[in-house]
Amino acid sequence: MLDALTIVTVSAGAFFFLAGTVGLLRFPDALSRLHALTKADNLGLGLVVLGLLFQVEGPFAALKLIGVWLLALLAGATVTQLIALTARPGGRPE
Amino acid sequence: MADFLLAAAGLVLAAVALGLVRILRGPSDADCIMAAQLLGTGGIATLLLLAGAMSTPAAVDVALILALLAAFVSVAFVKGADSAKADGA
Repeated sequence: MLDALTIVTVSAGAFFFLAGTVGLLRFPDALSRLHALTKADNLGLGLVVLGLLFQVEGPFAALKLIGVWLLALLAGATVTQLIALTARPGGRPE
Repeated sequence: MADFLLAAAGLVLAAVALGLVRILRGPSDADCIMAAQLLGTGGIATLLLLAGAMSTPAAVDVALILALLAAFVSVAFVKGADSAKADGA
């Protein structure tokens, strides 16, 4: 049962990474490519971590996995804002 | 289960490697750093999947370091872009 949950969530996560790549390659301008990238960042990694949570033994290993995900979320959200400021058409506002 | 996790790791890595084509195409610096950002996140996911597949918990520590460094890369890029603009370049 837990294995089936892992297979479903990890597959969904891998799908979002694939979607992020396709979006990064196919979308027409920098800001929409950034939009595709954040989906892979947040949902892809989140679903992979969720799937792996069913496999770990012990609460400490699970907390560590969640910690990795939270760090990636925080970093991704911050960095995406910074890149968007650099990439916006009018340039960076004063 | 280990086989499935290994296959998923390979799939994620292949997808992210494909995204590196964006670095070749450009056109702007922001696009290149986006592909590098995707490589960082995909690398974290791959390492976590490998840690699960081969029961090597140390790979989770490597993933944690990669998450930290991937964040620094983009912050360094934005800082560099700002100072280049201030220099009038």
